[in-house]
Amino acid sequence: MLKQEFTITVYTENHIGLLNRIAIIFSRRKINIDSMNTSPSEVEGIHRFTIVIDETEEVVRKLARQIEKQVEVLKAYYNTNEEIIWQEMALYKVPTDEIAEKVKVERLLRKYGARAVVIRKDYTVFETTGQREETDKLVKVLEPYGLIEFVRSARVAIIKSSHGFHEKLKEFEAMDPGARLVENEFLNKQDEVFSM
Amino acid sequence: MLNTLKLPQKDVLLTKTETISGSEVVMKAFIAEGVDTIFGYPGGAIMPIYDALYDYQDRLKHILVRHEQGAIHAAQGYARSSGRVGVVFATSGPGATNLVTGLADAQIDSTPLVCITGQVFAHLLGTDAFQETDVINITTPVTKWNYQITDARELPVVLSKAFHIATTGRPGPVLIDITKNAQLQKIEYEGYTRCDYIRSYRPKPIVREEHVVEAAQLINQAEKPFVIWGQGVILGKAETEFAAFIEKSGIPAAWTILGLSAMPTDHPLNVGMLGMHGNYGPNVLTNECDVLIAIGMRFDDRVTGRLDKYARQCKIIHLDIDPSEIDKNVKATVGVWGDCKETLPLLTQLVSANTHPEWLQKFADYRQEEIKQVIHDEMNPASGEMTMGEVINVLNELTEGDAIIVTDVGQHQMVACRYAKFNTSKSNITSGGLGTMGFALPAAIGAKFGAPQRTVVAIIGDGGFQMTLQELGTIMQSEVNIKIIILNNRFLGMVRQWQQLFHDKRYSFVDITSPDFVMVAKAYGIAGQAVSKREDLKQALKTMLDHEGSYLIEAMVGKENNVFPMVPQGCSVSEVRLK
Repeated sequence: MLKQEFTITVYTENHIGLLNRIAIIFSRRKINIDSMNTSPSEVEGIHRFTIVIDETEEVVRKLARQIEKQVEVLKAYYNTNEEIIWQEMALYKVPTDEIAEKVKVERLLRKYGARAVVIRKDYTVFETTGQREETDKLVKVLEPYGLIEFVRSARVAIIKSSHGFHEKLKEFEAMDPGARLVENEFLNKQDEVFSM
Repeated sequence: MLNTLKLPQKDVLLTKTETISGSEVVMKAFIAEGVDTIFGYPGGAIMPIYDALYDYQDRLKHILVRHEQGAIHAAQGYARSSGRVGVVFATSGPGATNLVTGLADAQIDSTPLVCITGQVFAHLLGTDAFQETDVINITTPVTKWNYQITDARELPVVLSKAFHIATTGRPGPVLIDITKNAQLQKIEYEGYTRCDYIRSYRPKPIVREEHVVEAAQLINQAEKPFVIWGQGVILGKAETEFAAFIEKSGIPAAWTILGLSAMPTDHPLNVGMLGMHGNYGPNVLTNECDVLIAIGMRFDDRVTGRLDKYARQCKIIHLDIDPSEIDKNVKATVGVWGDCKETLPLLTQLVSANTHPEWLQKFADYRQEEIKQVIHDEMNPASGEMTMGEVINVLNELTEGDAIIVTDVGQHQMVACRYAKFNTSKSNITSGGLGTMGFALPAAIGAKFGAPQRTVVAIIGDGGFQMTLQELGTIMQSEVNIKIIILNNRFLGMVRQWQQLFHDKRYSFVDITSPDFVMVAKAYGIAGQAVSKREDLKQALKTMLDHEGSYLIEAMVGKENNVFPMVPQGCSVSEVRLK
C-alpha cells in the first residue's frame, strides 16, 4: 500500500494534557506530523484536532483507533485529500520599497490572491489562503524581491460527507445508547478499508 | 476543568456538607470505593495524605514497602489475585518516577490500578522545586488516564473518575498527581458520588449481534476450529461463560501466559500454551486449523512468531473489548467488539454442539511427541542436576494445583507457566507484556493481601530476586505469609540460552554471582533452606508449605539447561524447535 496524505479529524473534550497524549501516539511510532491544528468545533465545549500525516491507510486506521482509545477522545475520523475541503494560511513579509518600486510584484501578488495585512514604510505583510502548492509557489516568486519572513499555518479541513458532530454528540451523551448508535463503524466497511 | 467534568447536580438545601481537607477526601473516596489495602511509601509532598491516613488506619490497611516499585508491583499482585483495583501512594519526584516501571507493566498487562502521587505546592510547579518532577508527562504513555489536581474541590469528581476508568472496559493504571496545597486545602465536602459515566469513554460497547452470528456460522462450518484465549477471559470474569462455550462446541483451546488459569490445567479441552515457549501442538496446529477463534488476547509477537507466516490458511474470529486490538496485528475475518462476558453466551447459543475427535487426536499426538522429547526429562529426570521442571512438578504434587503461583521473568517463568498446575482462575500472576524482572517478590506480597485465604508461592530466578529483594523487609514488617522458591542456575538463564543458541555461546555478562539467599532471608527473620539434592526436594517443599509464615527455598538447578520447545525469533510458529 502506498503512502499518501491523510487528514485525521479528532473530536475531544477540552483537557490539559490531551495534546500530549495524542502527539505521543505518533512519535512512539516514529511518524512525523506534517501539520496539527486544534480549534473549537461546531459544538460548544468540544475541541477539534486536525492532523495531517503522510502514511499508508493501514497505519492511519490503526493510529485513529489508538487516538479514539484515549479516554477524552470522542471520535477520530481519517480522510484522503479528495474527501475534504482544506485550506492553509500563509503570511509573507516583504520590503515595502521593493514593492513600491517594482510594479511587477504588485501584479504577482494580485495573481496569487494575496492581500496586504499591514503596510509600513519599511515592510509590508501579505496574506494568502490556499493549498500547500499555492502558498509555496508565492514564496518562490517573492524570494528574488527580498522576502524577509514567511510562515504558514496548520491545515484546517472540513469533511465533505460530514453532517456535523451535533447528532453524534447526542448519541454519546445518552446514558443508555440505543441500538441506533453504530459504535464500531469500521467493522461495517472492513472489506473496503483493509488489505494485508 | 470543573465544567467539563460535570459536577454532580445536587439539591443544595438537602445536602449536608462538612469542611474537610483534600487529604481526607482521598480517604473517604477510598472507603466509598471499597478500598481496603494501600501499598505505599511516604515522603515530603504526600505528608498531608499520610497524616489523614493516620486517622483511618482501622479502615484502610497500609503496607509500607521498601521501594515504590515494590508498592506498585504489590498493588498489581493484589489486583490480579483479587480482581479488584490496586491502590498505591508515593511521593513526588523520585517516589513517582519509581512507579514508572510498574505503570508500564500494568498498562501492557491491563491491570487496574489507582496511583496517588504527591506533588509540590502548585505555586512551585515548573520552578525545579525540591523533588519536583513532571509526573503527568512522564507517565502519560504508560497510564490509561492521568490527571493533576491543584484544587481540592476537583478531588471527589476526579477520584471517582479514576476508579471508574481504571476498572472498566479494558482495565489499566490511572495516576492522580495531587499538589501539596490541594491536600491541605479545606473544602465543603458534599459526599462521594461514584462515577458510572463519562461522555467520551465507552467501556462497554453495544454488541453487534450480526457479527456474533457471522462468527457462529464460521465456527459451525469449521472442521478444525481452534480457540486461543488470553487474559480478557479473566478480566471479564467470564470463566464460566468461556467453559460453557468450549464445552458445547468441543473446540480445543490454548492459552497465552496471561490467560493461564482461566480454565483448569486438567480440562480435556485445554491443550496448552501458545507462543515462543508454548506447547508443540498449539503452535504447529495454529497453522493447520481452519477457523482460529481469539478471545480476549492481543496477538503479541511472542505468541505469533513471524506474523506473515501466522495463521494464513484460516478464517480468524477475534473477540475483544478493545476495538483498537481488532485488526492491529492480525486481520480478523470477523471482529466481535464487546465484553466477552456478554459475547460468549451469545456465541454459545448459536454454535452447534460438537466434538472434534480426530482434530483433538492431533493435539494429543503432538503432546505425546513433546512429552517424549522434552517434558518427561524436564519434569522427571532420573539423574544429573535438578531441573526447574521437576521443582514445579513436586510443587504441583504438594499443592494439587490450588496455590497462586507468582513468577518473575526468564527461564523459570516459562517453565513455571508450562508445568504448574492450576484449578482456579486468577492463580497465575506474572509480568507478561513488559517482562519486568523483579516483579515476582512484591507481586506475591500483594497477591497474598488480595487473596489471604490462599497459598501464594513466588517462583523467582536468582537474577530477578536480586532486583527487588529489599521487599523481604516488607514481608518481615507486615508479617505476610508467602512462600518463595528461588530457582538458582547461577546464570541469567534466558539470555544465556539465547547466547548459546544464537550467539555462538559467547556468554556476555550473564554469569551472575549471588549472596547466600537463605542467610539474606534469615537476616529478615524469614526461615529457609537451600536444596541441591533431588532426594531432599520434596521434604523441603513440604516444610515450606507447612511452615507458619513466610519461607524461602533456594533450589540449585542445572546451570545450562534450556527451555524448549522454542519458536526462535523471526520464525514461524510451525518452525517450533524441540531441541
